[in-house]
Amino acid sequence: MSALDRKLARDLLRLRGQVVTIAAVIACGIAIFVSSLATFASLQQNQAAYYRAARFADVFVSLKRAPDALLERLRALPGIGQIEPRIVRDITIDLPGQALPLAGRLISLPADAAAPRLDRLYLRRGRLPAPRAAGEVLVNEAFAAANHLRPGDQLAAILNGKLQAMRIVGVALSPEYVFATRAGDAIPDDKRFGVLWMDHDAAAAAFDMTGAFNDLVVSLAPGARAAEVMRGLDRLLTPYGGLVAYARRDQPSNRFLSDEIAQQRTMATTIPVVFLAVSAFLLHVVLGRLVASQREQIASLKAIGYATVPIAWHYLKLAGAVILAGALPGIALGLGLGWLLTRSYTSFFRFPLLAFHVQLWAPPLAVGVALLAGMTGVLSAVRAVVRLAPAEAMRPPAPQQYRAGWLDRALGRRLLSARWRITLRGITGRKLRAVLTVLGVALAVPVIMVSRFWNDALDYMMDVQFAAMDRGDVTVTFTGPVAASAGREIARLPGVLLTEGFRAVPVRLVVAHRSYRTAILGLPADAALRRPLDRHLRPIALPAAGVLLSQRLAERLHVRPGALIRLELLEGERPQRSVTVAGLADDMIGLNAYMRLDALNRLMREGDTISAVDLRTDGRPADALYRALKGMPKVESVTVKALALQLFRATTVFLVLVMAGIFTLFSTVIAIGVVYNNARIALQERGWELATLRVLGFTRAEVAGVLLAEIALEIVAGIPLGLWLGVWLVRGMVVLNETEMFSIPAIIETRSYVLAAAIVFVAGLASALLVRRRIDGLDLIGVLKTRE
Amino acid sequence: MDASATAAEPIPPEVPREAGAGAAGAVFVARGLTKTYRVGELEVPALRQVDLEIGAGEFIVILGPSGSGKSTLLNILGGLDTPSSGEALFRDHVLSGATEAELTRYRREHVGFVFQAYNLIPSLTARENVALVTEIAADPMRPEEALARVGLADRMDHFPAQLSGGEQQRVAIARAIAKRPDVLLCDEPTGALDCKTGITVLRAILDSNRQLGATAIIITHNAAIAAMADRVLYLADGLVARIERNAQRREPEEIAW
Ligand SMILES: Nc1ncnc2c1ncn2[C@@H]1O[C@H](COP(=O)(O)OP(=O)(O)OP(=O)(O)O)[C@@H](O)[C@H]1O
Ligand SMILES: [Mg+2]
Repeated sequence: MSALDRKLARDLLRLRGQVVTIAAVIACGIAIFVSSLATFASLQQNQAAYYRAARFADVFVSLKRAPDALLERLRALPGIGQIEPRIVRDITIDLPGQALPLAGRLISLPADAAAPRLDRLYLRRGRLPAPRAAGEVLVNEAFAAANHLRPGDQLAAILNGKLQAMRIVGVALSPEYVFATRAGDAIPDDKRFGVLWMDHDAAAAAFDMTGAFNDLVVSLAPGARAAEVMRGLDRLLTPYGGLVAYARRDQPSNRFLSDEIAQQRTMATTIPVVFLAVSAFLLHVVLGRLVASQREQIASLKAIGYATVPIAWHYLKLAGAVILAGALPGIALGLGLGWLLTRSYTSFFRFPLLAFHVQLWAPPLAVGVALLAGMTGVLSAVRAVVRLAPAEAMRPPAPQQYRAGWLDRALGRRLLSARWRITLRGITGRKLRAVLTVLGVALAVPVIMVSRFWNDALDYMMDVQFAAMDRGDVTVTFTGPVAASAGREIARLPGVLLTEGFRAVPVRLVVAHRSYRTAILGLPADAALRRPLDRHLRPIALPAAGVLLSQRLAERLHVRPGALIRLELLEGERPQRSVTVAGLADDMIGLNAYMRLDALNRLMREGDTISAVDLRTDGRPADALYRALKGMPKVESVTVKALALQLFRATTVFLVLVMAGIFTLFSTVIAIGVVYNNARIALQERGWELATLRVLGFTRAEVAGVLLAEIALEIVAGIPLGLWLGVWLVRGMVVLNETEMFSIPAIIETRSYVLAAAIVFVAGLASALLVRRRIDGLDLIGVLKTRE
Repeated sequence: MDASATAAEPIPPEVPREAGAGAAGAVFVARGLTKTYRVGELEVPALRQVDLEIGAGEFIVILGPSGSGKSTLLNILGGLDTPSSGEALFRDHVLSGATEAELTRYRREHVGFVFQAYNLIPSLTARENVALVTEIAADPMRPEEALARVGLADRMDHFPAQLSGGEQQRVAIARAIAKRPDVLLCDEPTGALDCKTGITVLRAILDSNRQLGATAIIITHNAAIAAMADRVLYLADGLVARIERNAQRREPEEIAW
């Protein structure tokens, strides 16, 4: 081992505090980079692989009823690959022990084969229903898991008005229900929405659909265009009550999944890059400073005849050792975290198996960035020293040119003790360093704010959605349009304080060549329980005529208030009418259209009808109410907001907590890395000065105060800057994360500002206090022997 | 940390007294003082059985070859170091065995130090370097007065980097005397200075010794300076080789090297 290598080993040991804190910063940067990219890649590749393996359809359409004979003509349409006819009905599920009637969807299995050729099911447990066995069903895994259902369990469902007992024979997954949500629901509720698959003939018998179908899933022939195929389908199916074909892009489960993956992509390509850049920047600065603090040693090495290259190589090895000490745990941590995050998506997205994919280039890239940043920091510091003549470099750097600054003049001699002056001039005398330290501290803050922001934004969205817009406690959905008097009937049930009926009609909105399928909500003029809001969260009074559109829907259709829009209503007599866009609503979830209930009723040429009722209840246990609703013939499902929210929170909380935990840890590490290293180097440079103070009779606390006050001031200056940076980072994230379904507000709660500031302050102070131990142990006599 | 708050800060405890410990009139008493440094397996004796008595207001010069233990002795008397064995007393306070906090208080209240390297705080002006000490002293003179005594009345707002070595050393002396210390301990105060500058520095020390009554102990390699002293202490190999009393003392301006 050469003498320089021995020095390397000894330096690493001596600087272990600094080595560990710098390595921790780089480890976190790499871990977040690797884990986010891996999570994104895993979700994306799992989606693609699953869709391919399950032969997920390209086009979907439902209709009222068409004879099987029509299939021949449909198959002859140009561009069609395969067609899978089915019977699909929304039903009510009655689980034993559940007071609530649950929403369900029943899908028939193919008539001829044992399993569907498109949208193939993956049988997780159990077996397929026996042919023609009306009492046997498969249930989707999410519903089974949420309700602890197993093959062999019993349930009942109302099919065509008749309550029918069934036995679960298997648990299945479908590419159509990776994310199982009912149209119109803002959040998923796996506990209260189930998908059942039943033998074809049994379903046909139950719904009087023998020899007929009411739903198609279609794959495209190679090279075919979805739009053309959809036009052809619509043309042939309109006489049979076709509800307008839609492409995979608008398939609800796929849309949620793709939105989430798109968000993961933004997350994976922005935040981790910011993180990696921040840690690389700190690495560059801190390693550079570390080398600069060995100025005299470098000069002595040069003086005794070492060439520049071996000296530079020596320090590069030092930096390399520090970086690798961080990179290896960082990669391991990143893979572990990525796996954990990917795993935690299994409760949201039901894939047959969620494989974990890592981009092989990600870890080397992250380490490469770290090495580059560290090495350039080292080299520029080494170069600065070796450029000096050895004789000059061996002396301590020229004394700072201190001046009495404006601060001194402003505060006067009386007000400012000499020790405060040391502190203040320590900052003003090394401006660049102070700026870098302040910046380093500041960079730790936005990281926490971003992590808190997801939570805050989610809270806010839930708040706006469920406290300001959708203010009912319970929503009762009917099997179809009912007379408005049904609402008044419900109003008399126990515990109900207020009811408000509304009408939801599936609609295609058309503007020139653009169209969008959604539901139009007809709301009472004086609606109190369900109200569109404007940007300032004020309820918008519904216009007597015309529609109100979600802001993002208007953008998608390229319309402005005042423009005409064609409504193709997809129910009843399916009227089509052009109306004006009367205004825009600032919905954060979903793309919606609103109308006055009476105007919608007129449009539908049906009397005073509603399709659902919002209830305000007294909040007491409502089993009596649920039982009463369950007994009402026209009730299809009952949504209890509090229960849905509770489940949603329970599923998101883990992910949110993991993210917040990682981010908070990382920013703590940054804060410690910056403050600790800065303090160590400051101590190394000014130990002489501080020891002199001790000699003069200042106590340990007083002396430590001089340096700690300087650090505290830098932390205190860094925090507001960090908060400001955080606000901008959050705004940037919001812009990048805008998806079609969600508009995430740039909301940062006060407590998040406070928390971010507090964590960084405490982390900084704690690392400063670590250095305090060294101040206490200053060698007074050693300091008097030499200068520096 | 501002001047007015100083009083509120906890002041460390005083070095314990021992009744009848010190010799009457003596400021420092050392009995069987030894100091041994351990470097790995090796034991390096710096002081071996030093016995000593120094009276109030005395002007002492310590001479001796490099490594003879001069600084070690001065540091123990100044409360910067503790002996391995033996006893060191300041008046009736027992320095040997006092805690770190007690020694801090002792240095703060009683000792003025001057070192070869000046040990000024580079970020403070001359006036502020002196104020640093007067802000925590019980009955200090004003920084301006202390600086005037060493002839630096017109350089008060200069930073150390803007002063010559001799001027810096005089600031250090002003800082040491501003608290009206009982003892003034100087380790090679003129070591880095030329003869002429050295004399102005010695003059400042002597004036403080005479006018303030501070006991002064000066380490030097310069035998000529010994002529200023009441007594000269010769150290060799960690032992007091001999002590000489000057029949006639010289003023700084009368010596040259
Ligand atoms: N921290 C230490 N560790 C080990 N040995 C030490 C230490 N400090 C001093 N010594 C040894 O103690 C002895 C006395 O040192 P001291 O500094 O008192 O000498 P000095 O008389 O002041 O010398 P100089 O005139 O060179 O300043 C020397 O032999 C020295 O090597
Ligand atoms: Mg010495």
